[in-house]
Amino acid sequence: MNDKANYSLPDEQGHFGIFGGIYVAETLIPALDELRVEFEKAIADPEFMAEYRNELKHYVGRPSPIYHAKRWSEELGGAQIYLKREDLNHTGAHKVNNTIGQALLARRMGKKRVIAETGAGQHGVASATVAARYGMECVVYMGAEDVARQAPNVFRIKLLGATVVPVESGSKTLKDAMNEAMRDWVTNIDSTYYIIGTAAGPHPYPKLVREFQKIIGEECKTQIVEMIGRQPDAVIACVGGGSNAIGMFYPYIEVEGVRIIGVEAGGDGVETGRHAAPLTSNAKPGVLHGQRSFLMQDENGLIVETHSISAGLDYPGVGPEHSYLKDIGRAEYVAINDDEALAAFHDLCKYEGIIPALESSHALAQAAKMAKTMNKDEVLLVCLSGRGDKDIPTVAKMSGIQL
Amino acid sequence: MSRIQSTLEALKASGRKALIPFITAGDPQPDATVAAMHALVAGGADIVELGVPFSDPMADGPVIQRASERALAHGMTLTRVLAMVAEFRKTDSKTPVVLMGYANPVEAMGYEAFAEAARAAGVDGVLTVDLPPEEAEACAAALKAQGIDLIFLLAPTTTEDRVAHVARLASGYVYYVSLKGVTGAANLDVTSVADKLATLRQHLSIPIGVGFGIRDAATAQQVAGIADAVVIGSRLVQEMEAGAAGLNDRLTTFLTGVRQAMDQA
Ligand SMILES: Cc1ncc(COP(=O)(O)O)c(C=O)c1O
Repeated sequence: MNDKANYSLPDEQGHFGIFGGIYVAETLIPALDELRVEFEKAIADPEFMAEYRNELKHYVGRPSPIYHAKRWSEELGGAQIYLKREDLNHTGAHKVNNTIGQALLARRMGKKRVIAETGAGQHGVASATVAARYGMECVVYMGAEDVARQAPNVFRIKLLGATVVPVESGSKTLKDAMNEAMRDWVTNIDSTYYIIGTAAGPHPYPKLVREFQKIIGEECKTQIVEMIGRQPDAVIACVGGGSNAIGMFYPYIEVEGVRIIGVEAGGDGVETGRHAAPLTSNAKPGVLHGQRSFLMQDENGLIVETHSISAGLDYPGVGPEHSYLKDIGRAEYVAINDDEALAAFHDLCKYEGIIPALESSHALAQAAKMAKTMNKDEVLLVCLSGRGDKDIPTVAKMSGIQL
Repeated sequence: MSRIQSTLEALKASGRKALIPFITAGDPQPDATVAAMHALVAGGADIVELGVPFSDPMADGPVIQRASERALAHGMTLTRVLAMVAEFRKTDSKTPVVLMGYANPVEAMGYEAFAEAARAAGVDGVLTVDLPPEEAEACAAALKAQGIDLIFLLAPTTTEDRVAHVARLASGYVYYVSLKGVTGAANLDVTSVADKLATLRQHLSIPIGVGFGIRDAATAQQVAGIADAVVIGSRLVQEMEAGAAGLNDRLTTFLTGVRQAMDQA
């Protein structure tokens, strides 16, 4: 916890302590080097950053508001819950903050074709959207199982002119989509820019995605003070690969007295083994998708299949910076089970008239759990990372309703 | 001198090029592997590359992905792969064996424990696809302490200063990936490979093997004309995919044809 005031990670090679790094096949290394150099130049270039911010303002609709979920807080009877409304962004989630940044970078690098992996389909939609906006070809890899459970987003991606490639290998979910996107990239490395959708992958991606998502926490830092005159007691976000969470958390690392809480997918319960919570379940560090981080694996180092009601959290790994923040004790990580997330989903619909994404519902459920044990003058700030329209078929099915 | 080095030097002295077949351990089923390795040697293999199956083979095309899935369905693990090498060693103490796979199974076992077990089993070289020189120092030291060669990949995209970096850590041979892509991709372009090898040789004193996209005797012969070793993978794995019936004969026959063509290069 000592060095959080002058926190300046990752280092040159992309390490956050023992985590992060560049664990990829040789063919990709020069491309990652080029990306790192171009990215560092871009974020130091006022013109580039001005264009990025302008797009966020006029195309995405930033800043997104903070909303006091007063009725729900009253119902819970404890701390006040405030929501950072990333669900109100164009395309309905935080993902677009990152895809705008990366698409502008791709354009700057002269790449005309972009590829992306997607789980819930939100990153696929956000990638297809910016590809349309900037006139690029876009191919989205999506696990075949996710194609089935996120049908509305599959259609949205196609409407936006992108191609969806269902991935049939392995567990047919997000990790397999990422494998397939890497295979595409290595094959089309000269023409193609790979827009990774979360704060994971080989260096520089974890840093790059953080830099394009930290707008969430930066806005919060001023907005919440305008509303309540101080910083919150805790910030809370769901963690799949960890992009909305790191966007929310990063500006708060240096703020004393603000607890940082990441919420993983507990699935059927961490104790059942059917979950997607590498940090909460104390998984060993391992190497997957270009990085070293805590990783769900068996004793032979094979990656195990994960489970979550929410496709966007259904991933065996986590971005390396979260592993580091856990290790140094600056952030806490907990898991919320499917049924708890679903209950929070319904609560937000009922008490606030907001349909949250199932991913975000995990963060909401954790806030509800904590709020009940806290005083009424305490404040929890939750990243409502996305809206739940895409999840309506899943929720209907869970409730035994045929749409 | 390592078994890989002495094998490659003996070949060089006799003016021949090394033939390095690749199969995935445990494919199509675990009891087929050791016999298949012997069949490859009978067909003229100088070094055998044994794939360690992994759940997420990011650098592999569909053929080797399916091989991994078949092997894993039979419960293959790194420990069992090492047992297969030990079994092979009982009747072949001469042919070098190189394990090729991904970092995480090795990480899970621990570099030192892996290096010791690999040496005890009779492994001569290790190629870890997703462990580039930037991240390989610790693993390289553990392997070196056990006298095991660490084989690195070089690619069409590799820059000259990276070659120098690889040259400092690599031993045995380096593996030049002939094309931008995954295993089992299209055919390689011999002229561009020859150009790149000329550049690589300015920085490397160890032999260079070429793989990815070599599917027949004619291509193997052309590559043997420019490289020190020829690696054939997906084409052989397709034989495994065709099933266990007559497998060893098919492997030997195919490789014999390649061997003859290469020796005429
Ligand atoms: C709304 C929403 N929240 C969260 C996530 C999880 O991703 P991350 O952990 O990168 O924020 C997703 C991923 O699809 C998502 O769609």
